[in-house]
Amino acid sequence: MDFKQAYSADNLMFLLEGFGMTLRLALLAIVLSFIVGLLVGVVCYARIPIVSKLLGLLVEMVRNLPLLLIIFFARYGLPEFGIQLNLFWAAILALTVFEAAMIAEIVRSGLRSVDRGLVEASRASGLGAVQTLRHVVLPIGLRRMVPPLVSQFISLLKDTSLTVIISLAELTHNANIIMGQNINIVMPTLLLVAALYFVVNYALSLAARRLEVRRHA
Amino acid sequence: MPDFTVLTDHWETFLLGLRNTLLASLLALVGSFAAGTLIAVLRISHWRALRFLGTVYVEVFRNIPLLLVVYGFFLGLPALGIALNGFVSGTLGLIVYTSAFIAEAVRAGILAVPKGQMEAARSSGLTYAQAMRRVVLPQAVRIVIPPMTNQFLNLVKNSSVLGVIAGMDLMYYGDIINLETYDTVDTYLFVAMFYLVLTLPLAYTSRLLERRLARGG
Repeated sequence: MDFKQAYSADNLMFLLEGFGMTLRLALLAIVLSFIVGLLVGVVCYARIPIVSKLLGLLVEMVRNLPLLLIIFFARYGLPEFGIQLNLFWAAILALTVFEAAMIAEIVRSGLRSVDRGLVEASRASGLGAVQTLRHVVLPIGLRRMVPPLVSQFISLLKDTSLTVIISLAELTHNANIIMGQNINIVMPTLLLVAALYFVVNYALSLAARRLEVRRHA
Repeated sequence: MPDFTVLTDHWETFLLGLRNTLLASLLALVGSFAAGTLIAVLRISHWRALRFLGTVYVEVFRNIPLLLVVYGFFLGLPALGIALNGFVSGTLGLIVYTSAFIAEAVRAGILAVPKGQMEAARSSGLTYAQAMRRVVLPQAVRIVIPPMTNQFLNLVKNSSVLGVIAGMDLMYYGDIINLETYDTVDTYLFVAMFYLVLTLPLAYTSRLLERRLARGG
């Protein structure tokens, strides 16, 4: 193992560039998939005839497919339908579709866990269905969703590594290129890359645990 | 309409991939259940050093991408003179990664067994190891088995990373078929269908078990 060669200035810069791309990818996908997932989850919860059922089926389908397949399809399948996206946006689209489906299920079951009695009490005191959702069910449900949501976001950050399959220049892809140079720098590079992913994810999970403790205190 | 000749002409290749995906997931389930149980026992050990070891394992592997772990076996080990093929590297990677998640489930299961069970076993003359193996773990396992359906589902989806390292799974053979037919949309439509054949029944079973458990039956 050759740590000195592995951590040369050029290699470190290249890895940091990749790390920057990984973070950008993850951040944008987190925001987008949260918005879409929240909307879809609420619609599924609301049991609007036909619409909720159809969306529910779609969510179930996407959730049960490998993300790798969805990423590949977004890049190489969509052009056959006339939708041409560059690497970055193909990755964003795939990540958003998959993670939004996961989040929609978290949102739906979080909302369903809110006590029926509260909903009935709210409706009985004159609030409409939408008002009940906005002022009663969502605030209570969302607080309960924080832990599973954070672990989904951690999954998302890890999942960005799967975009190697379309050669997007993020951390894992750049590491792959460096590792191809010389067999002696493979392990040192893998260790450094693992450390970079770990730091961000561990910080996220600590923050989530903090939130949890404060809420129970 | 999808072109069904893609399916009929490459039927055997699809089935080979399906078989290997199922095989890798099953091997990884058994392997990571064994390893995960061991790590869970470390996590609740009386010895601080062992507890620390277990905690580090769980935190590290829950917070880095699966693909990196797989690369560790596929690209890292050859540097140490050990060359494994894609299928074996991928399956080992799945075991190491998934056992961190299973360890947490088993730990929760062990903690759910009433304390009196351990105390009664100890006071009737069993050593700690005997009491753990013969009294506590069998009861914990019964609590932990239902959520394993969900872990198996995740394994089937996650095993698609084998496709990145020529692991002879469904994703890999999809790629082979795609290069022959140049029909990306239909090829991956059928690949997706084969994944759903495995995952949808698992998702259904998992939900059924959860509901039964919630009812306390």
